[in-house]
Amino acid sequence: MSLVALNHPLASTAEQLRVLNNPGRPQRPFARALEDSGLWPLAATGITVFQINVGKLCNQTCRHCHVDAGPDRREIMTRETAELCLAALAQTDIPTVDITGGAPELNPNFRYLATESKRLGRHVMDRCNLSVLLLPSQADLAEFLAAHQVEVVASLPYYQQQQTDAQRGDGVFARSIEALRKLNALGYGQPSSPLRLNLVYNPVGAFLPPAQHAIEADFKRELGRRYGVVFHSLYTITNMPISRFLEFLLRTGNYDRYMERLASAYNPAAAAGLMCRYTLSVGWDGALYDCDFNQMLDLPVGSGAPAHLRDFDPQRLHRRPITTGQHCYGCTAGAGSSCGGVTA
Amino acid sequence: MSGYYHPNDLPRFAHIGDHAPELWEKFSAWYGAVFAEGALSEREKCLIALAVAHAVQCPYCIDAYTQASLEKGSNLDQMTEAVHVASAIRGGASLVHGLQMRNAAAKLSM
Repeated sequence: MSLVALNHPLASTAEQLRVLNNPGRPQRPFARALEDSGLWPLAATGITVFQINVGKLCNQTCRHCHVDAGPDRREIMTRETAELCLAALAQTDIPTVDITGGAPELNPNFRYLATESKRLGRHVMDRCNLSVLLLPSQADLAEFLAAHQVEVVASLPYYQQQQTDAQRGDGVFARSIEALRKLNALGYGQPSSPLRLNLVYNPVGAFLPPAQHAIEADFKRELGRRYGVVFHSLYTITNMPISRFLEFLLRTGNYDRYMERLASAYNPAAAAGLMCRYTLSVGWDGALYDCDFNQMLDLPVGSGAPAHLRDFDPQRLHRRPITTGQHCYGCTAGAGSSCGGVTA
Repeated sequence: MSGYYHPNDLPRFAHIGDHAPELWEKFSAWYGAVFAEGALSEREKCLIALAVAHAVQCPYCIDAYTQASLEKGSNLDQMTEAVHVASAIRGGASLVHGLQMRNAAAKLSM
């Protein structure tokens, strides 16, 4: 169940920020880390990714979910807001539209957004949980994605059942493999195919991801050998200490050690490549954020920048100041972390 | 880990250098080089370290190399096998000394 459904205190972003900003914690402020690296104040360098979070509705309830998504969540993007997204996009030459959720495909406007974004000549990515492809209501989803040449970025935290099901729910691994085979049969992930299929690895616990190239090689070898599944690239993403993963950290007594691990692994090169510097994140209600994590903490774009699609102004958003906090250590630890994997 | 060993001491390991900084710096440089990718991968070295940590029964090392092994992408099947390797060597080392016992007994016996 979602934290909201459980009426958990951490369903409140104010409570999450209170924990993260507790002055009794030993980590140096993230802003000071940036300052020490010559990166303060952090600012956008332009926008190359228009990331649309179409809502919190999902058919899964993963234990680490930073969105607190689930079947009980009803916050989803309306047609009117989807139209605002497309109108904003049309004002720009932003090359990539990255559609996420929840399970974005469950939003009735997902296919409209994907189709119209392609019509505008943009590259479209679908952040897919894989199991959604097997839902009876989505029987033609894989064919739709292939017909529109939508890149699929699919979550699969490990190449074994135990770890995957522990994070994403019982039976998810088997369904994920079935969905991957379905995508492979359509040409997704095949070596010379234009149908891009990339996987996302998240650690199943309170530790950092392995080297991306090393775990990608493991996934390719093991998924190929065990299941005949192929894919193009694997992205490693660090678990952010917010929402359900924050609840896990606190409940299991791992919070302090994990935050120390993130802060001590701060990498200036990863900070320079932060995805918030080239991404604009749109919420289900049309509000604008620097990234999907800030969105889930209700931290809108910084001072002076338009805060809603209604006021979309690419010139003022291109060089906007970025809103940061202690959670940002999640994107700067080690080789860095972003929706496209490592950044350093 | 409780009592004599304190988990919070592990991050303070570098304080050992407070009274012999040159030796600590040499140790740190050597240690870092040992665990760098080389003829063996970083992951393989972590699994060796995890196994040795069990052989020498160092609680700090067990904590550190459990986390390090997970962060190198190892799974519990692999990590458990590594601990079995260490255990087998420890057990085998005891058992093979049975030959010393047999030699000694043979010398004493008619």
